[in-house]
Amino acid sequence: MTELQFKKHSDNMLFHNFDNSLKPKIEELLSLGESAGADLVEIFLEKSDNISLLAEQDNISNVSPSFGIGAGIRVFLGKKDGFVSTNDLSEGGLLFALSQALGMLGLQIGLTNKKRFEGLNELKDFGKLKNQWLTNTPELSEATIKLIEATETLAKKNSNLQVRRASYSRNWQEVLVAATDGVFARDIRLHQTVGINVIAIKDKKRSTSARRYGSSGNPNDLRHWDIENSANELNESAQNMLHAEYVDAGQMPVVLANKFGGVIFHEACGHLLETTQIERGTSPFHDKVNEQIAHSAVSAVDEGLSNFAFGSISMDDEGMEPQNTLLIENGVLKKFLSDRAGSIRTGHSRTGSGRRQNFSFAAASRMRNTYIKKGSFSPDNLIDSVENGLYCKSMGGGSVGPTGQFNFSVEEGYLIKNGKLDKPVKGATLIGEAKEVLPRISMCANDLDLAAGFCGSVSGSVNVTVGQPHIKVDSITVGGR
Amino acid sequence: MIKESNFNNSSGLNPDKLNNLLLKYSKEESINKWDIGASSSRDISVQVQQGNAKQLKGSLRNSMTLRVWNDQNKVGITSTSDFTNNGIKKAIRGAIEASSFGNDKESPEFSPLAKSPLKEINSEISDEHGIDELLEILKKAEKKLIDTHPSIDSVPYNGLSESYMERLYINSEGANRFMKLTQSTIYLYAKGEEENKKPRSAGGIRINSNLKELDIDSCIKETSKKLVSHLNYKAVETNKYLICFTPEAFLQLISAFSSMFNARSILDGVSLMNEDSIGSQVAVRSLNISDEGLHPDNIGAFSFDGEGTPTQNINLIQSGILKNLLHSEATARKFGVKPTGHAGLGAKVSVSPDWLVINKSSGELNKDVSLSIKTTQTKFILIDELSALHSGVKASQGSFSLPFDGWLVENGIKTSIEAATIAGDILKVLNSIVNIEDEQFVTHQGISPHVWVEDISITGEA
Repeated sequence: MTELQFKKHSDNMLFHNFDNSLKPKIEELLSLGESAGADLVEIFLEKSDNISLLAEQDNISNVSPSFGIGAGIRVFLGKKDGFVSTNDLSEGGLLFALSQALGMLGLQIGLTNKKRFEGLNELKDFGKLKNQWLTNTPELSEATIKLIEATETLAKKNSNLQVRRASYSRNWQEVLVAATDGVFARDIRLHQTVGINVIAIKDKKRSTSARRYGSSGNPNDLRHWDIENSANELNESAQNMLHAEYVDAGQMPVVLANKFGGVIFHEACGHLLETTQIERGTSPFHDKVNEQIAHSAVSAVDEGLSNFAFGSISMDDEGMEPQNTLLIENGVLKKFLSDRAGSIRTGHSRTGSGRRQNFSFAAASRMRNTYIKKGSFSPDNLIDSVENGLYCKSMGGGSVGPTGQFNFSVEEGYLIKNGKLDKPVKGATLIGEAKEVLPRISMCANDLDLAAGFCGSVSGSVNVTVGQPHIKVDSITVGGR
Repeated sequence: MIKESNFNNSSGLNPDKLNNLLLKYSKEESINKWDIGASSSRDISVQVQQGNAKQLKGSLRNSMTLRVWNDQNKVGITSTSDFTNNGIKKAIRGAIEASSFGNDKESPEFSPLAKSPLKEINSEISDEHGIDELLEILKKAEKKLIDTHPSIDSVPYNGLSESYMERLYINSEGANRFMKLTQSTIYLYAKGEEENKKPRSAGGIRINSNLKELDIDSCIKETSKKLVSHLNYKAVETNKYLICFTPEAFLQLISAFSSMFNARSILDGVSLMNEDSIGSQVAVRSLNISDEGLHPDNIGAFSFDGEGTPTQNINLIQSGILKNLLHSEATARKFGVKPTGHAGLGAKVSVSPDWLVINKSSGELNKDVSLSIKTTQTKFILIDELSALHSGVKASQGSFSLPFDGWLVENGIKTSIEAATIAGDILKVLNSIVNIEDEQFVTHQGISPHVWVEDISITGEA
């Protein structure tokens, strides 16, 4: 059968309703793929309905709804895979995409017929209790009122907050995953974030401060946003940093605050525990399972299960329920995060970590909610233990290089002098290498907390949670002036 | 198998069909004023690992952004990838709903240049190649790169892609823009390690409108040369140094602070500049910066922006003086000038540079013309690539603190720097330039010579 014939005979059917009615047609597609000689064929269907809003000063300056549809078809043959994405959800469009994915691996529909597809399992519908989520989220009018309330609240905090912005985004996604190993699963995801940021200007000094909060599966999240608390926190940070001097560069002990301080573990260690990195041969930990890779004070997990946490999922993007994965226990490496391809290529068992930004990316092993477990110290114990060092109250973004070298910017930092917090400092960057820094995390406090973030990597930008209690790193390079 | 064909025969967007659907549905919804920007792409890409295919990817994608003006002239917007009739209807309704919340203090209009003649750029559409051909090319490139040096063990990040793209802009007053182009890209990021040393990495990228003209050999050569030079490394002492930015690194730094030239950022109060900054001296007199979207080396450029305005070349800084800004229709109206062809499409329209070109202004002397990347024997740090620009740049404050790849150069001998950051203020950097070399280099992100700056803070590992 030629590609043209596929299009001709099947343009009438649209794969727009993600339910059991699609089963026969999807089975037909999968069967065609498997009989062409593929080891495994997976179809990922997606619909999205998103809104982003922006309030600047006292006006709504941007309202942007967006809708999307698409499919990603992935074919495995041995350790190779071919992946094709398309916006065309007609039967003809999907057949064309399937034939392209097969063609990438040298396979052709109708040529070999050496395997027989046994059919999909019963639909596992993780979304059946979530059908009302979209309608239960705030209407545009309600959301805009909330954002204006936020910028007005900031204005009342200090007249030097001359740029005030509040943003809201709602991302709703319905997905259906089907594969020739029988997987047939549907889910609905709802992620909401609010962000606020300010620029404080006084004389010739400027400071910026920003916060972002996010949740998954909680339609009422925006309604319950404690604006007053957020505005107080942001204003305090902006005012303190307005008077900050540049930090002196050097090697020093550092205490990292909880919540978003966990970005250091996410970047410096978490990425190196994804099988995506093992496949590339770039993780220094690839052969270290059951070996000590961190200080004995460090235990860490990655899970997709915490209620409303930004990185939580009912199933991953390959239809598997997420596990609670113990990564490191008392400094000893226990397990890697693995997706389907990672499992095929590295032998590490799947952990429900196959994630992708949307249909246009093939799933890859990605983190979900990743955090260092709490220890027994109080945060003050950590500060008290430092004679001269840096307290990183709020972290900015960071990145990790292909061989584990990392860097993070410090948004809000304070010097520590003789066990006490001293003056605010700006311009600090933490630089190091995972292998060297993990053994230097010597103290963990008892105040574990999580923060929402977006992680960009091979399968696009995905929602994640980072977290930790306050931790102390005995020595790290601080970049400054 | 994906067959070899000609991208000229591809039919992604159908401007007439889209126009007719928009006319029909907007009439049904009593919308008299609307515009759309749409794009369609078709691409294939391959990745390899140690001589084997790793992942082969293809995509066929469409997207559309639709704006409507309601009866109060407030603007609403929607984006969609659903080009079915129902999808377009839904998009119009979404835009109408969003228009109720349109900003009546700043409403965009059609660009006055949306029907002006366009310059012809990137008009050559290349032949499409099969995935097998791409795979063979990349496998060979990987092997060739690994074979260049015994310490290079792998190319963990690599890719070869070929893309065909279409873009259109249509509005209800008859503007109708359409353009298509092809692009091929290769990137190679290799890893190497010597005994008792840390693994090191380096990469290169090449872009061309035609796969057959993609300069893969120079990408291999550059990647290998860089990586080999990083295998032996040492820590650098924390101090202030004379710095030489490679063309790539200087363009990265200027791009990170492009909000200085961005009228939208100025109006929003998030730029270092303000509405009165035009005409002020912001850099040494020897520095020129322009944005040249029409430059023939700017592969992948479209001849019009998101609002249908023709792409234009604009002088931004001339002899150190801020001369012009980048504009959308709305910002140009506020500043009393014409749009410059740098807009996106939105209810609040974003503005961004196309292709920055840095050069030395004629007739202006550099502070130290003796400095040269080829001959200088004085101790300096050569910065090749900046990292973590998304987190280490405070564009509204002008400060930066960024990790970099580079070398300490002394008596002409280059030694790789183990791990270090560069920190400073962009205005101080622009005013501390001591030499802008004559020879310009074309990179994938613009054109620049080597630029020398004195007295910059470097943090090394203690």
